[in-house]
Amino acid sequence: MSTVTTSIVTPDGPVLEEDYEMVSCTAENGELGILPGHIPLVAPLKVSSVRLQIQGRTDYVSVSGGFLEVRPDRVTILAQSAERASDIDVDRAEQAKQRAEKRLQDKQANLDQIRAEQALNRAINRLDVASHAR
Amino acid sequence: MASLRDIQSKINSTKKTKQITKAMQMVSASKLSRAEQNAKAFVPYSEKMQEVVSQIAASDDATHPMLQTRAVKKTGYLVITADRGLAGGYNNNVIREVYRTIQHQHASADEYTVIAAGRFGRDFFKKNNMPIAKEIIGLPDQPDFADIKQIASEAVEMFLEGEIDELVMFYNHYNNAISQEVTSQKLLPLTDLSADTGRAVQSMYEFEPNAEEILKILLPQYAESLIYGALLDAKASEHAARMTAMRNATDNANERIDDLTLTYNRARQAAITQEISEIVSGAAAQQS
Repeated sequence: MSTVTTSIVTPDGPVLEEDYEMVSCTAENGELGILPGHIPLVAPLKVSSVRLQIQGRTDYVSVSGGFLEVRPDRVTILAQSAERASDIDVDRAEQAKQRAEKRLQDKQANLDQIRAEQALNRAINRLDVASHAR
Repeated sequence: MASLRDIQSKINSTKKTKQITKAMQMVSASKLSRAEQNAKAFVPYSEKMQEVVSQIAASDDATHPMLQTRAVKKTGYLVITADRGLAGGYNNNVIREVYRTIQHQHASADEYTVIAAGRFGRDFFKKNNMPIAKEIIGLPDQPDFADIKQIASEAVEMFLEGEIDELVMFYNHYNNAISQEVTSQKLLPLTDLSADTGRAVQSMYEFEPNAEEILKILLPQYAESLIYGALLDAKASEHAARMTAMRNATDNANERIDDLTLTYNRARQAAITQEISEIVSGAAAQQS
């Protein structure tokens, strides 16, 4: 089966660069599945997991603040942060989740509310992805 | 002339100082190589970002406030300095440049505001009663994107909300280990994007949902990444500047130790000569 070279790049360096048969991710508008030979596309991604399939195996990567750039032979995901499932620090994510939940209950200024929600979102996403670690 | 013991204690204290500066030099050297690696790791992200953003911005139907120049009523200065000194002219060069620019460009404090990254910059502007909109201190030597994200996005927000009409960054650009120069870069509005449109024709993208929506998400991220890039650059410069400063200090200490040792030996010989001549003259006095 044909493959597409996929790379995930963050400001702190590349996270992953491998060939995959299919890349699925959650864009702002909904789920996207990218197969080799896709037309060029740019789409922003939600704070979500990216699923990469090759030979019956699925790799999970959590991304936040990113977007997807597709070319027929290449998929690039640029994200402000991205971690493979096995690299996620579960304890830290758990703590971040609790912190964010606590801040949400405190009900402070509006801006903090939004930030806390985003932080909670990211923490939940990380934990979700981490649960897929092999 | 100072006594032998005085000179000896000076030599000892200079030697101790030298040990410290030598250690700091080596610490900075290793931090510098880490900082260089960080800057290198950032290159693929920034290049790709630039490529995609300029391609989208090049398509005519896309407009965004961050791409448009507007009348400048208030300028934001993002100044990156270090938290610590002992880095030669590193901090002073940046601060002097910013200060001169501000004095030159603005008549009153209403026309500008400073976003200070680093303790030295913040303290200086505070002391001179200049307006500081945001500040961040205690950035680690090897910063992650997460460390700078908040202040970067706040700076971008200030521009989007019309609080400032342009944003200029001042930092030390890292040329190589011995040369760093103060650089000012106009960050917002993003005006120099469409310069690199050579490849835009080659691959036109589909946009999901559309170009304008994507710009809305992408441009702030792009600006934040530029700020992060500048920070990495500045950090590399900081370590390089500190390394050079500490090497100079070590060299000076060596020179001083040599001088003092020479003086010490002269004094020692003078003392011996004097003692001999005293003995000789004493013996001569007894014989006669």
